[in-house]
Amino acid sequence: MIHFPVLRWGEPYQSLEVNQVAHFATGEPLAEVSQANGGLVARDLRKAQRARDALREIPCAELVKMVKRAGELFQTADLPIGDASQSPDDFVRQQSATTGLPEQLCRMNLEKLGGVLGQLDKILDALTRRLDLDIFTKGFGDEDGVLRSYQAIAPVLGMVLPSNSSGVHSLWLPVVPLQVGLVLKPGPQEPWTPWRLSQAFFQAGVPKQAIALYPGEAEVGAAVVAHCPKSFIFGGTATVDRYRGNPAVQVHGPGFSKILIGDDQVDDWEQHLDLMVHSVLVNSGRSCINCSGIWASRHTKEIAAALAVRLGPIAPLPPDDPKAELAAFTVPGQAEAISGDIDSALAEDGVEDATAKYHDGGRLTSHERYGYLRPTVLSCAATSAAAAKEYMFPFVTVVECPQAEMLGSIGSTLVATGITKDEPFRRSLMEATNIDRLNLGPIPTTQLNWLQPHEGNIVDFLFRARAFQMA
Amino acid sequence: MADAEQQARDDLDAWVREVVAWHFDPATGCPYWLEWAEQADWDPRREVESFDDLRKFGHFEDELLRGGPVRRWVPKAYADRPVYVFETGGTTGVPKSRISIDDFRLDYELFSKTLPDDKFPPGSNWLMLGPTGPRRLRLAVEYLAQHRGGICFCVDLDPRWVIKLIKKGWMDHLKAYQTHVIDQAVTLLGAGHDIKCLFTTPKLLEGLADRLESDGTSIKGAGITGVFSGGTEFTPQWNRFAHEELLDGVYMTPTYGNTLMGLAASAPSTPENGYKITYYAPQPRAVVQVVDPDAPDTVVDYGATGRVMITTLTKELFLPRFLERDEGERERPYEKYPWDGVSGVRPFGRLASVTTVGVY
Repeated sequence: MIHFPVLRWGEPYQSLEVNQVAHFATGEPLAEVSQANGGLVARDLRKAQRARDALREIPCAELVKMVKRAGELFQTADLPIGDASQSPDDFVRQQSATTGLPEQLCRMNLEKLGGVLGQLDKILDALTRRLDLDIFTKGFGDEDGVLRSYQAIAPVLGMVLPSNSSGVHSLWLPVVPLQVGLVLKPGPQEPWTPWRLSQAFFQAGVPKQAIALYPGEAEVGAAVVAHCPKSFIFGGTATVDRYRGNPAVQVHGPGFSKILIGDDQVDDWEQHLDLMVHSVLVNSGRSCINCSGIWASRHTKEIAAALAVRLGPIAPLPPDDPKAELAAFTVPGQAEAISGDIDSALAEDGVEDATAKYHDGGRLTSHERYGYLRPTVLSCAATSAAAAKEYMFPFVTVVECPQAEMLGSIGSTLVATGITKDEPFRRSLMEATNIDRLNLGPIPTTQLNWLQPHEGNIVDFLFRARAFQMA
Repeated sequence: MADAEQQARDDLDAWVREVVAWHFDPATGCPYWLEWAEQADWDPRREVESFDDLRKFGHFEDELLRGGPVRRWVPKAYADRPVYVFETGGTTGVPKSRISIDDFRLDYELFSKTLPDDKFPPGSNWLMLGPTGPRRLRLAVEYLAQHRGGICFCVDLDPRWVIKLIKKGWMDHLKAYQTHVIDQAVTLLGAGHDIKCLFTTPKLLEGLADRLESDGTSIKGAGITGVFSGGTEFTPQWNRFAHEELLDGVYMTPTYGNTLMGLAASAPSTPENGYKITYYAPQPRAVVQVVDPDAPDTVVDYGATGRVMITTLTKELFLPRFLERDEGERERPYEKYPWDGVSGVRPFGRLASVTTVGVY
């Protein structure tokens, strides 16, 4: 069986405690993952500066070339995994088997991550506004005749990663070329991506002592956050609330991403149906950038009905079926709990399930080890508790709300697509601080421009611009 | 070995008869068990002849230990003796409490015999770094030090506050509190008190070792020669980590126990046996069994996993067949302890999700 060791600054460490990662449907064990303990993480992180020191011996431009090469290797090469090797096809099958994500979506994420690595030079140019990367290495340098100084706030970036969608790993890919080390705590069901990316980095020449990988239980995640000066953490609303306002932690939670249709465009809503379907459905609705709310002042019942025609009939297919679009819920009871929560939401006045009539046999399919939820569209006659729901499957509420009240009612929104040509409304969207990524015009919420920051600029998170003079 | 096991079994049965006779004698027993006997349709003093006969009591429910009057647990024979009360749990609601007169001393005298003198030198001073307050550990470790001719310095940690900090997500406060506790320990270790022996919990040992290393020294460098650790879950991986990376050759003995039971010592745990930790109860004063969670009258096979069931048999406390909140694997008798042991002790899976553990 495949064994994932702990990687202590690149050195494999086989723990006495292992966690078996099993096929979501059959329960067949597919891999054993060595489990770190919190004290071990704390101890290793005393040596975190060595990771940055090792990276600083390599010029940033060279590191950029290495990670671009790593992107090719990640997508195409056979890479070490335990005592064996793993082809890209193996990776897709294995990741699908433990996460419940259809193979075609695993492949899509593989290509996405490889693609991001392939354009990291452009991404870094964008994130740094074409700053000479040597300034990060030296700490200062000249930019158009002005002395600039940037100081790394952390020698390493800690990351407590999720199991649900490997696409999120794109967020930390610019870190290594900035000469900052990586401390990764993989999601329990998804050891595959952090491991394969690490191996691709190593094969491309990134020093092993720059990367640590600590699989383990919640205690290990807590140790990563406690002992890394800067961390990314992925979790639910409770996690977001816990770390809100903590400058050491950038927390990535539910996106509550939305499409807002202006009064000037709403009568032509049918023109945007493909965009809406795509925003809700892609990646099986698992991403924070998937749309979970469509807001308009009128036609909401018709929009919900039209979405239901497209989304409602989509049914679970075997994960290796190229047409499979739905991911399984692999945590026992999770699909049942979500379905129950939706039923409770439907008890509210004015909330209707537009997809119910397309769900032969119901919204929920329960199996011994897993469950599926079929895409669900609710229409909400007004802003209500149901309107603020978001789940890890294609689920959307279509909410009727006057345009003037929209921005005050939508709450925190990671991606907002504003379909409007109404200048005052566009200006209001530009000014709305509860929106992070803003798309003005008919752009799917899931369409990312990688040259732009996501939930904050990672360069600003890891470096501070400061005054510096030298005599 | 078979003879030793049989002898241990005979000793246990004889002790059961003596303890049951004591607790159900109107002159010596405690009000709780005497009232229980009045309502029962059988007489334990007649019908209990062996450990197995304790099945007739069913399973003791520790909820009975919540709230008062606490005197109902004091045996009449000890009514005039000074009584201690020790508490367990208590993060929310009324804590469970048990009375003690000399049990903690007797338990720790027995445990003292398992400590090697070269690692815990008689006459040397101790540091008790862990949960004190209403818990048995504080008095017990202090007594252990005194029993071995030393003096015990204490640094308190309030686990109820730690649990609240974790639940509230006040991680900065948690870190500050841990630092505050470790600061005190480091100060004491550097104050010329000739402290050689340490009781602490796994988490605090990590914190202490890290701090000492930051200060350019180590557990060994601070003068510690023996560590007695317990109080929270103790995994083989952590045991290995501590031996390989924290202790620098200093001897450490893991223990398992709680306020309701005595202290279970462990058989040697080494790289050769994968740092496996097997605990043996201080029989006959306490018995640990590993039982089928769905049929707790049945002891599981050797090597199989089950729920830990403890029976406390002292003249201060009779606690038959209490199903603990832990699980583990049943282990064979060992030369030094010719009765069943338990390894891999961890929170009972079905209850683990609602219990905050390992916070010390």
